[in-house]
Amino acid sequence: MTMIGLEIHCQLTNLNSKLFCSCKANYRGCEINENICPVCMGLPGSLPRLNQEAVKKATMIAMALNCSTPQRIAFFRKNYFYPDSPKNFQITQLNIYGDTSVGGAGSITVGDKKIRITRIQLEEDPGRLIYEGSSSKNLITLVDYNRAGTPLVEIVTEPDFETPKELRIFLNILSDILANLAVTDPTLEGAMKADANVSIEGGNKVEIKNIGSFHDLEKAVHYEITRQSSLQSRRREIIQETRHWDEKRKITVSARSKEEDLDYRYFLEGDIPWVRIESDIQTELQTKMPESISSKKERYTKYGITSQVADVLSSDKYYSDLFERSHTESNAKEIANIITTDLMGLADTKERRLASKLGAGHLRDLADSVLSGAISRNSAKDALYDMVKTGRELGDVIVSLNLGNILDKPKLTEIILQVLSEESQAVEQAKSNPETVHYLVGKVMKKTGGKADPQLTLEILEAKLA
Amino acid sequence: MNLKISALEYVQGVKNGDISAEDFVAQTMDRIKSIDNNLCAFLSINADAVIQAREIDKKIKSGKKVGDCFGMPVSIKDNICIKDSKTTCASKMLENYISPYDATVIKRLRQQDAIFVGKTNMDEFAMGFTTEFSAYGPSKNPWNQDYVPGGSSGGSAVSVGAFECVASLGSDTGGSVRNPASFCSAVGYKPTYGLISRYGLVSYANSIEQIGPICRTVKDAAFMLNMISGVDSNDNTTIDSRGTDYLQDIECDIEGKKIGIVKEMTGEGTDPAVLSATKDAISKLEGLGAICEEVSVGMTKYSVAAYYTITATEAGSNLARYDNLRYGYDFPLEGYEYNSYIAKARRNFGPEVTRRIIIGGFVPSAGHAGRYFLKALKVKSKLTKEVNELFKRFDFLVSPTVPVLPFKLGEKIDDPVSLLAIDINTVTANLTAKPAVSVPFSNHNGLPIGIQLMADSLQDKSLLQAAYALEQTVSLPEVPI
Repeated sequence: MTMIGLEIHCQLTNLNSKLFCSCKANYRGCEINENICPVCMGLPGSLPRLNQEAVKKATMIAMALNCSTPQRIAFFRKNYFYPDSPKNFQITQLNIYGDTSVGGAGSITVGDKKIRITRIQLEEDPGRLIYEGSSSKNLITLVDYNRAGTPLVEIVTEPDFETPKELRIFLNILSDILANLAVTDPTLEGAMKADANVSIEGGNKVEIKNIGSFHDLEKAVHYEITRQSSLQSRRREIIQETRHWDEKRKITVSARSKEEDLDYRYFLEGDIPWVRIESDIQTELQTKMPESISSKKERYTKYGITSQVADVLSSDKYYSDLFERSHTESNAKEIANIITTDLMGLADTKERRLASKLGAGHLRDLADSVLSGAISRNSAKDALYDMVKTGRELGDVIVSLNLGNILDKPKLTEIILQVLSEESQAVEQAKSNPETVHYLVGKVMKKTGGKADPQLTLEILEAKLA
Repeated sequence: MNLKISALEYVQGVKNGDISAEDFVAQTMDRIKSIDNNLCAFLSINADAVIQAREIDKKIKSGKKVGDCFGMPVSIKDNICIKDSKTTCASKMLENYISPYDATVIKRLRQQDAIFVGKTNMDEFAMGFTTEFSAYGPSKNPWNQDYVPGGSSGGSAVSVGAFECVASLGSDTGGSVRNPASFCSAVGYKPTYGLISRYGLVSYANSIEQIGPICRTVKDAAFMLNMISGVDSNDNTTIDSRGTDYLQDIECDIEGKKIGIVKEMTGEGTDPAVLSATKDAISKLEGLGAICEEVSVGMTKYSVAAYYTITATEAGSNLARYDNLRYGYDFPLEGYEYNSYIAKARRNFGPEVTRRIIIGGFVPSAGHAGRYFLKALKVKSKLTKEVNELFKRFDFLVSPTVPVLPFKLGEKIDDPVSLLAIDINTVTANLTAKPAVSVPFSNHNGLPIGIQLMADSLQDKSLLQAAYALEQTVSLPEVPI
């Protein structure tokens, strides 16, 4: 049986400051080595100053992933030399003196499967290495420390996955949960990364690191399973090792540096006293927890929204926030449909969402107008497009684009009589078989450019044919 | 002008208008220039000290509010960061390092209008007890320049003892404030762990060390604590003690106080002269109405081993950042890859630091941690339990600060193991986070002897009262310089 486990790193990008200093947690957009200070640069004499908000956010993640949360957490030093690490040790968490990581055992349900979480730890991100020059002779390494000290939550799973596809589904669910908690923005480049460990039946465990995106993760794991199976079929040993994902060649390469042999000499970080998370704080965090995706979904289906639509709506924070702010008991289903069928194509990327001028009021007006028959579903699409672009009021959009439905009975009757005279054959057919009346409704729609109120049209037609 | 006055006398003198800060600081700087070539107390001098003192005088004359230090010349150990000044830790590794920020203690002293005359010599990265491990040569004991001044804050103690400043700040990881204070006949104070912010103190063994004042009198030490102690948001290990006035009631007597004489700190290996001074001190304390009784701290026999195991582990980690990539000394990168570069660059650490980094890589390593590092932590916790038990029954513990008299330069440098035993009496306070003070008590053939008093955590105020009481019982010769 193939066993795959993950170590997911998630930056807490929504925090104001780094884990141990007041530099920005979201360094994106800063000039190189601008977002640094004596603390995150590890200058002589500087000391870490724990960001209490980061502890709370990490605890909330643990709670959302059904993990145990200890009353006391501790930080440890992981000692190793690397140029992206300004102190040449990383402040992280460990469970050697009992459960002192921010989160203990937990689980996430993926379809009908339970993926077990081993632990969750809070730690600092290192800086970023930039390689310049090509041949090994001229190769230089530059370091940008803007990222050094960014709060990072590491989520370690048990090896409960069997296929690369399961990883993708799991990671989508996980990013939705984290976005829903408003602790991170998973769409930011580098905000979420994962390492994987892969083993096949009868073989040793291989760790794959250096995977840039979730998309590549699936590929890397797929490659690794194939590589290991091929070794096994040739009766060659699968060596326990760390391999790096080579993004360009799309293969995994042995890290050689024997990372598994490194002795990190973990010991307690004396500069950060043990942090007590009192039960009242845990309770407070529980009450502050945003509603979970599954509970949202359940609530949405009560409005008569289909399970599939409710699924899409609840798992995307942007859509569900819009829905929450715009819906009423009566228009909920309509709003859900507008969001999941029409808005999705217009606000599918982060850039488009930022540029969108659509507010909750727009959506509410639009749904109400569709339900009252003032505007057809077809026209509603055009109105939505306009409002996303311009932010104009729905009323103005209807007038300026001439989108309103024909609700005037005499005017509509006039058009219908015209259609009946043109379609004598169809009229005869409809008289004998009422089912075919829809052909005539279509004709009326065509003549009015879709603006005839369908209900009213049917009423008049049926009266005339009787 | 008399440069030999205490900090409190200086403050009073400037307040009364009897002393001009500029004159006093100018003469102090002149004295440093004339005698420090021999004493080597300083690694760098503040060229603007006199100008800064002139500004204080101006502020006083114009009736503006002046900080409580009134331009007092203070020296600072070279492992405490002063903005835009060199902080070398007496190491070649940081030969050209200039700190871009002030340590919290510096910020606080600056707000109180202290003037920093210079950075003082020390054992490299505070590892040593003689200043002989300074990369820039040892300091000399002002009582006899053939002798070591103690360490690692040796330069600080020399600068106070030789009147090159009024007071100094050192750091104490295993006795580094108390030991040189004892050897140079000054008061050295190691506060309760967390009483003084370590932000800006270059870490050696961060879980046990503290900044501490070295002064001429106990009252001066209390005054300095008033200036620099208290919670600091930049150091998560600090304790909220602000508002405590350590000078208030310092003259309160110690009648009826219970003092334990630590058997293990007054036994085998103690110099007879030191032992007799200690006995003398005990009878003086009894004369003041204290009740003294011999006690045993059994874990003392393991304390030094535990101390070196823990400090080496933390030092190995704390000193890892000195890879010369971001700051340090001039050493070009060309022709190296990362591992070969840092291996070569790190050869600029001196012998004692290198020794401890090597030990620090070994004792906590997988497969050895159980026998060394974890056992050391066990000793630390047992020792703390023992000492806590004693403080349920006793107010203070007494012992000599150092079991031996100051020795000659070069006498023990080739015997690192015998050097280690020198701190047997001082490390307990660090390992147990307790406050301890060395009070100048006696003088044997021109060589100073200090007595150590230790108290329970956060009993700093009553410890200073006891130290003051003991100080009043002695009259010591003047330093021959």
